[in-house]
Amino acid sequence: MAAAIALIFFYAPLDQDGLNQKIFYFHVPIAFTAYACFGWGGWKALRHLWKRDPNADLESYVAIHLGVIFGLLTLVTGSIWARYRWGHWWVWSEDQLVLFLVLFLFYCAYFMLRFSLPPGPQRANLSAVYALFGVALIPVSVLAIRLSQRFIHPVAFDKHGPQMAASQFFTFCVALVAMLALGATLYHLELAGKRLDLRLRELREALQ
Amino acid sequence: MIHARALEKRYGDKPILRGVELDVGTHDFLLVTGPNGSGKTTLLRLCAGLAAPTRGELEISVERGRLGYVGHEPLVYRELTALENLELYGRLYRVPERRERIGMLLERFGLWDARHARAGSFSRGMLQRLALSRALLHEPELLILDEPYSGLDNEGAALLDRELAARTDDAAFVVATHDPQRIERFASARLSLA
Amino acid sequence: MTYFSDVAALARKDLLLELRARDTLPAMLLFVVSTLVVFHFVLPADSSDLAAAGLLWVALLFTALLGLSRSFAAEREQGVIDGLVLAPSDRSAIWVGKAVSILAFLVLAEVIALPAYALFFRPVGGALVAGVALADVGIAAVGTLLAAMATASRARELLLPLLFLPLAIPIVVGGVGASVADDPARYLGFLGLYDALFAIICWASFEYVVTE
Repeated sequence: MAAAIALIFFYAPLDQDGLNQKIFYFHVPIAFTAYACFGWGGWKALRHLWKRDPNADLESYVAIHLGVIFGLLTLVTGSIWARYRWGHWWVWSEDQLVLFLVLFLFYCAYFMLRFSLPPGPQRANLSAVYALFGVALIPVSVLAIRLSQRFIHPVAFDKHGPQMAASQFFTFCVALVAMLALGATLYHLELAGKRLDLRLRELREALQ
Repeated sequence: MIHARALEKRYGDKPILRGVELDVGTHDFLLVTGPNGSGKTTLLRLCAGLAAPTRGELEISVERGRLGYVGHEPLVYRELTALENLELYGRLYRVPERRERIGMLLERFGLWDARHARAGSFSRGMLQRLALSRALLHEPELLILDEPYSGLDNEGAALLDRELAARTDDAAFVVATHDPQRIERFASARLSLA
Repeated sequence: MTYFSDVAALARKDLLLELRARDTLPAMLLFVVSTLVVFHFVLPADSSDLAAAGLLWVALLFTALLGLSRSFAAEREQGVIDGLVLAPSDRSAIWVGKAVSILAFLVLAEVIALPAYALFFRPVGGALVAGVALADVGIAAVGTLLAAMATASRARELLLPLLFLPLAIPIVVGGVGASVADDPARYLGFLGLYDALFAIICWASFEYVVTE
């Protein structure tokens, strides 16, 4: 429902701008949503470790799962944008893209960790600690990438993100809200699905 | 000391323990019996605090430094000597008069002559004796022993009998065994895991 | 005060184990020198300082991974981690003790590696050494915790590099920057920040890595 409404809103103001800009309206909100997912995953991880909230592990996992999907989309849309802007499918000079590559790798490792452990308190604990590392890694990586550009590309690099007119800004905000709404909807859907799975399994156990 | 209600533990999807209840007071001796695979080891690990229950209540009111545990593994480093292993645990458990206590325990378990030998060169029985020395080093109030007689020869078993007899007034015990006849006389309570 | 004596006892234990087994440190030394020799064949003659420094850091990173993959081997093979976890000492002391011993191995490996690098490639400056020192702390801190995590899983040898490499990227940036940039202080400061931040996180969360 929320997703449908959001998407309708999305397509309306899109006509005003060039192709380059259109990708931008996808790319940045998707990136934001990915950050939001990782942040939420980290928060739930903290709740698992600190408050022993029994639901938190699953919520953290679902949030990070979504974050990785949105992260992958960020990389794809970013790559398309790079193609239109600079003519290459990948550019190292774009800090945002490099950051997402690092984070994508990190959170893929999260999945490798999770899938190599049997379900239980240990898996939940280790996942939560690693998720917190991820949250700490975000600002550190931002700094690292910026620092690395100084010796890899010692020329002045152009600022990413155009100046936005009022109408563009409005479109951007709508796109952002829409993407976050989509993210939230998917989160609840996936969470509900996983909870149902667990319930089914419990009932099966109880019947044995 | 230990209080458990409706205790449940599962690994992945496999339930190991279900609906376990127990109460161990300061001078109790709980004998846990059951066939192989009935969850004795899991229960003892829960009691020692090495694992967390999946569901149910588990309260352990003994602090870690007052708890002694012997499991299936002797929990000693094979590359270190018997003396070095006990030195390490002695330091970690803040054992007062460490050297003396280590010496005394090594002697009581017949390991004094082998004290400078690497634990890796020990036989199964000697490792078990070393494990028991490790568990008793800090004079625990609660002893959790998982099949403590396994690997011991007659002499070793007699030594263990002596140690158990000496401590039943001072400490609480939770002992798992699949052959209860030997220690039935000490038991104040029994828990059978079917 | 007991915390420090716990850490000392644990670190001493790890160093003693290595002294007896003598497998990890010689492997690390041989690996780092072999890698540097391989890199000689990889670098073209007119390559920049940046390329050479980069390869040094790659060599150091993978040597560290070699050492880290062995760091919890004794505990894992013999189940001894239970014994350490049961002790009344703070669980984070296990992490500090292990990290200290890994740090010692790294430093020893670098005592060989850096002169070898200076011999084969480029002279080694003070900033590079400082960078290596600071990076070692970060690698030891984060690597030890991740090694403990990897120990728990079936795929431990595969998992450790996967978990570690994304977290090692800032370390490499700091280290290479310190080696080649005009203002190494900025990069050294960044390494210090990384070390402080992640050491605190590791220290606070190690408890949860070894208990249920």
